[in-house]
Amino acid sequence: MANIMIRRSDKGDYVFYLPKRDLEDTIISMEFDTPEKWGGEIKLNNGGAYFIEPQTAPERLPYSVRAKRLDAAE
Amino acid sequence: MSNLTREETEALIAEVLEVYPEKAQKDRAKHLAVNDQSVEQSKKCITSNRKSLPGVMTIRGCAYAGSKGVVWGPIKDMIHISHGPVGCGQYSRAGRRNYYVGVTGVNTFGTMNFTSDFQEKDIVFGGDKKLAKIINEIEALFPLHKGISVQSECPIGLIGDDIEAVSKKGAVELNKPVVPVRCEGFRGVSQSLGHHIANDSIRDWVFGRDGKDVKQEFVPGPYDVSIIGDYNIGGDAWSSRILLEEMGLRVVAQWSGDGTLAEIELTPKVKLNLIHCYRSMNYIARHMEEKYNIPWIEYNFFGPTKIAESLRAIAAHFDDTIKAGAEAVIAKYQPMVDAIVGKYKARLEGKRVMLYVGGLRPRHVIGSYEDLGMEVVGTGYEFGHNDDYDRTIKEMGNATLLYDDVTGFEFEEFVKRVKPDLIGSGIKEKYIFQKMGVPFRQMHSWDYSGPYHGYDGFAIFARDMDMTINNPCWKKMEAPWLKKPEAEELAKAA
Repeated sequence: MANIMIRRSDKGDYVFYLPKRDLEDTIISMEFDTPEKWGGEIKLNNGGAYFIEPQTAPERLPYSVRAKRLDAAE
Repeated sequence: MSNLTREETEALIAEVLEVYPEKAQKDRAKHLAVNDQSVEQSKKCITSNRKSLPGVMTIRGCAYAGSKGVVWGPIKDMIHISHGPVGCGQYSRAGRRNYYVGVTGVNTFGTMNFTSDFQEKDIVFGGDKKLAKIINEIEALFPLHKGISVQSECPIGLIGDDIEAVSKKGAVELNKPVVPVRCEGFRGVSQSLGHHIANDSIRDWVFGRDGKDVKQEFVPGPYDVSIIGDYNIGGDAWSSRILLEEMGLRVVAQWSGDGTLAEIELTPKVKLNLIHCYRSMNYIARHMEEKYNIPWIEYNFFGPTKIAESLRAIAAHFDDTIKAGAEAVIAKYQPMVDAIVGKYKARLEGKRVMLYVGGLRPRHVIGSYEDLGMEVVGTGYEFGHNDDYDRTIKEMGNATLLYDDVTGFEFEEFVKRVKPDLIGSGIKEKYIFQKMGVPFRQMHSWDYSGPYHGYDGFAIFARDMDMTINNPCWKKMEAPWLKKPEAEELAKAA
């Protein structure tokens, strides 16, 4: 489990940030992305994958959340 | 010498790597790359932020350097105790030339060195009592200080002193912030982790005070911004600040060059955070974005092209008066820029530069050189991460060299082959390359010159580069008695 921060980039897509490792990357897909259900498996541009417990969407970004590493790129 | 092609550059890297043992070769190969602008992600071509190899000559610093030297040190009205043996603080004292206004020793303490001077008995019996005593002594000797930070050196972490407890007690006694910073030098692979630790300690120990050290009432305005990650080296932050103020913004805080504790505590009230050194202060900007809903943008005040770009990008976050202000500033300085470029471009055009610095400079100063008609043919970070290289790839030309945490040997070999007209790196590299006959600028603290930020800085930058590259001394590298006799006779005949 790791603390991650999700924010929106200038272009409007989600950006993943892992403070512990200073890892910043764009999110290419998020399993659930509706106001009621948000999270699930997220895939990063670098090939990594993380899992966020599905929850209601945060009111505003950036948002810090616990995530489980499924498949790290490095 | 003309530029190397992609194949030649690749061959050069392979040739340089040959001297290493197999294992080291494999490791170092990942840190050297030929730039390819089509690569979206730097991690596909270069590895960074990894432990340096034992045995090679690295140019990195430590976590203490990142915290005390870079982030905390320039906060002028606080006293930063180098907690541990005397050397770490004394040998890094005032080396970065973070300029500030104030009376040193009375209300500002930037160039002074405070240390707990650990002795054997402090290691054996612990240094907590000594630290408590120092905190009280500081209060008695320098009553106008606004707070204290305790910058741990290696032994503190090794013997397990509880500096947090001592600091909390001290803060209550003094009614001023006393910030324990766990920046022991052995943490992390370079100074980069020290920046992160320092940012986190500001978040936890300074923002947590909710601005109670701010004496005057603060009235927020619609155009409040803060300058983050400008350490006022040679006056950099001042030459940036005037541009922002001229376009109509109000600069509330400077982090941390010429900065004060009150400014830092007021930062959560600004409308926009402007980040110059992304590497050392993006952490706190990210925190403020989440907690206080303050957006942040990166800007670049090196060279007129990038300044104009940045001013417009900053103005885009505000209303039309600021946008008009930005255009007015750009127009106002245009004649000055034309004069500088007119004077120096002819003397500098086509010159090739290799850079190896830290933080933001390996990519930020490229624009400055290009404005003068120069070309950056190689660049690298001491302690950059992948996100830095992501941003660098776009700035650099194709088939140029990228080197991460370059070793002394590699750097020298690259210079011998690429034959740049100028190298910009640190003091440890300066004399080696000057003895090799290559013009050199120390780009960590602007070779005792500066400022280089902003339009005023660009004038100084151009002058300095011209002064270095076109210095007559580079034609006198050969001793007179070693000169070829024909030349001598020709001179006599003439």
